[in-house]
Amino acid sequence: MLTLELCVAGVMLISLVIYVLTGGADFGGGIWDLFATGPRTKAQRTLIIQAIAPIWEANHVWLIVIVVLLFVAFPVAFAAISTALHIPLTLMLIGIVLRGSAFVFRTYDVQSDTTHRRWSRVFAIASVITPVMLGITLGAVASGTIHVDVKTRVVDTDFISAWFAPFPFAIGFFTLTLCALLAAVYLTLETDDPELQEDFRRRALISAVSVGAMAGLSFILSAEGAPTIRRGLGNAPWSIPFHILTGAVALWAIWTIWSRQFRLARLLVPIQVTLIVFGWGLAQYPYLVTPDLTFSNTAAPDTVLRPVLIVLSIGIVLLVPAFWYLYAVFKGTPRKTEAAAGRIDASRKD
Amino acid sequence: MTDLLAARAQMAMSLAFHIIFAVVGIAMPLLMVIAEGMWIKTREEVYLTLAKQWAKGTAIMFAVGAVSGTVLSFELGLLWPEFMAYAGPIIGMPFSLEGLAFFLEAIFLGLYLYGWERIPKYAHWFAGMMVLLGGTLSGIFVVTANAWMNTPTGFSIVNGEVTNVDPIAAMLNPSSFSQALHMTIAAFLAVGFAVAGIHAYLLRRDPDNLFHRRAFAIALSVGAVFAILQPISGDISAKRVAKYQPIKLAAMEAQWETERGAPLRIGGIPDEDAEETRYALEIPKALSFLAHFDFNAEIMGLKEVPREDRPPVIIVHFAFQIMVACGIVLIIAGLLGGWLAWKHKNLPTQSWYLRFITLCTPLGFIAIEAGWTVTEVGRQPWVIYNIMRTSEAVTPMPNLVIPFVSFTVLYIFLSIIVFVLLRRHIFQSPRLYDTV
Repeated sequence: MLTLELCVAGVMLISLVIYVLTGGADFGGGIWDLFATGPRTKAQRTLIIQAIAPIWEANHVWLIVIVVLLFVAFPVAFAAISTALHIPLTLMLIGIVLRGSAFVFRTYDVQSDTTHRRWSRVFAIASVITPVMLGITLGAVASGTIHVDVKTRVVDTDFISAWFAPFPFAIGFFTLTLCALLAAVYLTLETDDPELQEDFRRRALISAVSVGAMAGLSFILSAEGAPTIRRGLGNAPWSIPFHILTGAVALWAIWTIWSRQFRLARLLVPIQVTLIVFGWGLAQYPYLVTPDLTFSNTAAPDTVLRPVLIVLSIGIVLLVPAFWYLYAVFKGTPRKTEAAAGRIDASRKD
Repeated sequence: MTDLLAARAQMAMSLAFHIIFAVVGIAMPLLMVIAEGMWIKTREEVYLTLAKQWAKGTAIMFAVGAVSGTVLSFELGLLWPEFMAYAGPIIGMPFSLEGLAFFLEAIFLGLYLYGWERIPKYAHWFAGMMVLLGGTLSGIFVVTANAWMNTPTGFSIVNGEVTNVDPIAAMLNPSSFSQALHMTIAAFLAVGFAVAGIHAYLLRRDPDNLFHRRAFAIALSVGAVFAILQPISGDISAKRVAKYQPIKLAAMEAQWETERGAPLRIGGIPDEDAEETRYALEIPKALSFLAHFDFNAEIMGLKEVPREDRPPVIIVHFAFQIMVACGIVLIIAGLLGGWLAWKHKNLPTQSWYLRFITLCTPLGFIAIEAGWTVTEVGRQPWVIYNIMRTSEAVTPMPNLVIPFVSFTVLYIFLSIIVFVLLRRHIFQSPRLYDTV
């Protein structure tokens, strides 16, 4: 039955998907700044900054939406997560602060190469740490190691073992590869320089393969590290068709990157990532924090959830057009890029 | 350092840091929108240049404000999980609305900062208005959530469990309006005078530069208007505190005894052991009058509650005095500027006045920090007034001194960088002169 708390949970999951698709790609930009190489190192970095600059503040708000909904709608879960996972969350926050600040400092500091490189480095390293910590947090929440007494709200934790384990780390690096993949695919369409496009095509292919590897590793580790999720992923009636669908989209996405159909790739890769996040959500249902906290036993009363859902509805009406307009202004398909991509496509076909 | 003290120190430091950037993010869009509006109206290039220069400086502050705000939303849980488990749903309404408002602000900020060449000029100006609206509303909603901690309403407690939660009633608690009004005015007031102060300093070195003359005119007008409004909201706030948090008022005024016709104390050193306040200049019956509009109204003294229920009187009393003193100087600065402008029918650029305004640059921000100290420290030892103690809300996490020191070092580092960057940005101001 679709209860109010499940509606809120659904909004949270969708927000998480959008955060990964937008904010995650911004982290990915930082990753590719760190690994910028070759004769076009500087051009790669410039492209990344230009792509991120107008939108990153807005992308970042999705994370705040998730946090706010978590503590409003599932307060006990919020308290438990922030108690048991204090350390990775704090490291993530330091990453967020350094990343955002370094990014804006780089834009507005003196335009010399040395200062640029210095801020670039801070931005890039923070862009790697932050998604890994976010992934570790999600992995730990799924792992079934955070035990909470629902009545007294007492969290049984030593503050370390819940997250300092192979499975959460695998999810951390899985998240990192997803960010890298999204960024590389988006960046192929941010430029009309075919050589730069090739740079990011190569990076997209590497990331896509890494995503596959990390997905496999996470699945293997889940047997020990997250038994509840494993049951969901392995035995539920929906699981096999779902895996086949995700896998098929992933392979198709790789093929489109390989064959330089970047516009199609930019459609397929986000679908692939969405399926992965949804698959995790389905596998974990009905648990919010495995194994003790479910959506229903941590939900705030309906008198709280109803107005929250009303605010969310108003929010959607206001924000979706605004968010869309932001993207239309800055991410509207650059015609030249399309032409350039088409040219390469054509030459390959010959 | 106990873990509780470390947690409180980390929270206080994070808030004190964030509020500077948040306030700039709320108020600078007003200055930018005025400048851009003047450009659209007069087509004078100087106004466009001004809007763009201000936008650049603001972008840095925005970014740091956004990330330090994110830190705070997590710190609520990282440091005070018990408080959040208890209060999260009750104050969910203002936080949800704040998220919405901040989202609008962030979206339109991107359009504003990077859309100069990409969107039509009215759309751009509209984006600026939306940034202003989003920033102001998100500030109001956050303050509303804080107001609930001072005057918690909208729920009942049965057998120790929270029930009958009414999020709307919680949001519209008795302190919401007065606190939100006082803080919003403070934001525009502080930023108006800070910007006016910077341009006053530069005007003294370069008196004919139109860029600084226009900037000074806009910023000073904004600062002065809000300075003159602020005592009204201060009065509303004081009366609310007197009615709903009498012990906080007693701490602000260092009032130990319950008495009728209580005096207003200027200065003075409260002695918490001897339970008396020495060396204060006392204005007879003024406190009773200000708090209740009645010279003989009864004012509750700190001795009414046991020592463990009293806030740290010295901090609250001093912070309150600092806030009021800064406010008074800024009101004088505003009135004086208005009078000079009216008398000479010209921008008040008298050398002594520019010097005075330069000295006023930090006062609004000092007042804001001091005012928040009054609100927050004055609420102690409670995190939810008369319901939950701060010590009951803290996380069981040990070694909290480590994150406290880490964030402190990080924020000091960021403050230095921001200072250096803004300084350079300010000194690279354009030089524009009347060709006449």
